[in-house]
Formats: sequence, C-alpha cells, structure tokens
Amino acid sequence: MSEMNAWSLAQARDALRAKQVTSVELTEACLSAIEGADALGAFVHKTPELALDLARAADEQLASGEAPDMCGLPIGIKDLFCTKGVASQAASRILEGFKPEYESTVSQKLRDSGAVMLGKLNMDEFAMGSSNETSIYGDVLNPWKLGEQALTPGGSSGGSAAAVAADLCLAATGTDTGGSIRQPAAFTGTVGIKPTYGRCSRWGIVSFASSLDQAGPMTKTVRDAAIMLEAMSGHDPKDSTSADLAVPNFEAMLNGDIRGKKIGIPREYRMDGMPDEIEALWQEGQDMLKSAGAEMIDISLPHTQYALPSYYVIAPAEASSNLARYDGVRFGHRAALAAGDGITEMYEKTRAEGFGPEVQRRIMVGTYVLSAGFYDAYYNRARKVRALIKKRF
Amino acid sequence: MAIDTATAAKVAKLARIKVDEAALPALAEEFNAILGFIEQLNAVDVSGVEPMTSVTPQRLKRRADQVNDGDQQMQVLANAPDAREGFFAVPKVVE
Repeated sequence: MSEMNAWSLAQARDALRAKQVTSVELTEACLSAIEGADALGAFVHKTPELALDLARAADEQLASGEAPDMCGLPIGIKDLFCTKGVASQAASRILEGFKPEYESTVSQKLRDSGAVMLGKLNMDEFAMGSSNETSIYGDVLNPWKLGEQALTPGGSSGGSAAAVAADLCLAATGTDTGGSIRQPAAFTGTVGIKPTYGRCSRWGIVSFASSLDQAGPMTKTVRDAAIMLEAMSGHDPKDSTSADLAVPNFEAMLNGDIRGKKIGIPREYRMDGMPDEIEALWQEGQDMLKSAGAEMIDISLPHTQYALPSYYVIAPAEASSNLARYDGVRFGHRAALAAGDGITEMYEKTRAEGFGPEVQRRIMVGTYVLSAGFYDAYYNRARKVRALIKKRF
Repeated sequence: MAIDTATAAKVAKLARIKVDEAALPALAEEFNAILGFIEQLNAVDVSGVEPMTSVTPQRLKRRADQVNDGDQQMQVLANAPDAREGFFAVPKVVE
C-alpha cells in the first residue's frame, strides 16, 4: 500500500467508506508530508489543529454511514480564498495580518461536504503572475526537477499545483483568471480545470478581474477533478454572476466514451516556432482522441491573436477597480505616517508599501486605460474585441 | 501614444500609489511597452460591435430590498489597522 498522502481523492474516499482507514490517519499522513516539505514553499499558513478537529468530525460522520464524497479528505486551500479565522492574504503584504470573519462560499461548500482543510497555499500576489515569483511569502518550487535544475510550478496557483504534485494534500483549490489553474497544472503534471464562468461562486474569494475569475479544483486525476468540482459548484445568491443551474454528477459522466464527438483544432492555436517535442505531443493527443472514436476537424478562430492584448486591458482595468479597496483603513497593512501626513499620503504610502511591483504596475495600467480620454480607445475597444472573440466560439 | 514621466506621475497619483521621482522614467517605459502591445487591438474592425458586459447570457438576479444581516460592528472592525470607539480611525481629513 502506497503512502496515504499519495492517494487520489477517489481512492481515499473508497478506503474511508470501506473503513480501511480513518480521516485522522489520512490527515496525519498529509500533515507529516507538509512538515517535511517546507523547502517547496507551498503551504504558507498551516492549520494542523483545525485539520485534526475537522478530521475527527468527518470520522464521526463517516461512521454514521451518511457521508458526502469529500468527507474526510484532506485538501489545501489557495491563499486567495477567505477562510474564517485563518490568515487569508492573497500572498500580499497589504493583507498582512488579515483574518476574515467569514468563509468563502467555495471553501464553505467543501467544508460542508466534509473536506479537511490542511492550510493555505502559496500563490502569486493577488493571483498576478505565471511563475509564483511575486508572492510575499517567497517563491514556490516545482517538486519536479530537470536534473538538478529547479523549476517553477507555474502560477498563479503555484502553491496548489506544487502541493498536489508533491502529495502534501490529496487535492487543492485554485483560481483561474488568465490561466492560473491550467498552466500550473500543466507545469506539475496535475489535473486542473477552469470551470465555466458562473459555475463556482466567487463570493469570499479575493477579487482580481471579476469578469474572468473562477475557482476550480486541482487534483491528481480527472476523476478527482470531477468529484471535487461537484462539491465546489452551485448557485450562490451572494454572487450575482453565479449560474442558477443544477449541478450534475460530474463523476457519473466519466464514462470514457467520446465516440462520435467532434473536436475542433483551431489552426491559430498552433504557434509559429513551436518546438518539435511539443508538436509531437500535440499530434499524439489528437491521435489518442481519434483512436477513441472522436472526429477531429480543423477549424479557425481568427481573433485568437487578440485574446492576449484584450486581456492586457480588461484584467488590469478590473483589477485597478477591485484593488482600490486596499487603502489602509478597513483591513491589512497601513504605512507608518510622518508628522503632518494626511489621508492621501496614508493611501499612497500604504499602497506603495503593501503592493509588490507587478501588482502596482497592473493597477496603474488599469487606471490609465480607464482614465478620461482613454476609456473608449482602450477599455471599450478591448471589450468589443472580447465580444468578437466570444462570438466566434 | 507615448507616455512621458509627467503622465506616469499622473497615473500613479490617480492610482494612489506613491512612486519616487527617480522611478518615474522606468515606469513610463514599462507603460509604453505594455501599451505598445495593446496597440494591436487597433487592427480589429469593431464597428457595430457592442462591448461585452456579461460573460454568460444571464440577467443579474434581483433580491428583495430588505436588510438581511447587520449588527456586526465588532466583526467589521476586527481587522482595522486603527479602530476607536466603534469607528475606523484615519488621519485628520477636515481642518
């Protein structure tokens, strides 16, 4: 029997239900793995006591015979999710010391389904980054190495990806605005899914770009992603953009049958100068789908090249507005003031000290594209291009 | 259009982020690089296109106009850097 912390969610769930193991044992296995992996920089706020309390409660629920799928399964939560009484600072200095008085809807749903939170996971500051190097906690390392060469786990959900890949937890939550689940999952050989916008409530998750932000699972297997996504999904009156749709049993839909499905390969997704190695993998993927009975068709999405430039306008614009709330008044860091400093100096010094360079840059770009005289030229144009990109789909 | 140091200073001011005088030229250069990249959007014909306002085709839900929580002064103030007598405290605003 392999180490329990290396199990998948499905494997652990089945073992719990068969009474071969307890949630406390699973949780302890993960906690000791976490203790031995500080060098990765994945877990930044550990909550072992809370975890063991939750595990004991889960074991009682399991004993009663009526336990949801996630019951007793130890997971990590990205630092972007507000967790009641537990530090939640979006890997930023400006939220230093912040302990929310409330729980995000997604982490609450996971808790309601019996999942055991082991602690909070590192990430890029305010989810702005793709290599987990903008965090106030320091860099995260990929548990995979190239020889002796250290590698990035990607970002912004780099702590989640590294923790899952290194078997510090069975699964983790991530968030994705412009690739922040999908890219680190790819970099660490784990499974990540950015659900359709509206599937998971954004309430209680620190906002970056609200029209793009979505939470999703980061797991070891596709089945696990289905199990965890179901527990995270659902309509929430507290998020006006949350989709009021029934949540299907995603796991039951994993029948492996894709016969007759048409899968489009957009011509524009194959980039110039793509390395042969990646080209070969791309081809191999198509062959696998084809041999499983799917029909592959070549398609074109001509506005693809404009996706990134429009993201470069829309995401900072929304971020500049969302991050205006960090002003040193209601929560988090406030700069020490000099004699005679007024409220404007307090805002300006607090934000200069509290935000890292990447976050400052994006806030200012956003401020610029939304400012009088440039709103139409940049922001509205980007929103029109976005409409065109979507229309093509 | 090129951003000069005066514009960079103005943007920093609007964003309420203190930027040292000496850092402004480098900041202006970064803005120019980013805006240069964004310029490609000008190549797209957007005539007659409505700007996207909602990601999914749904109408925002309305809720009943009623108070559904409150009486949480302690919780609201719990994380304040400076709270006094039940209020957030800030430097003097009015002379």
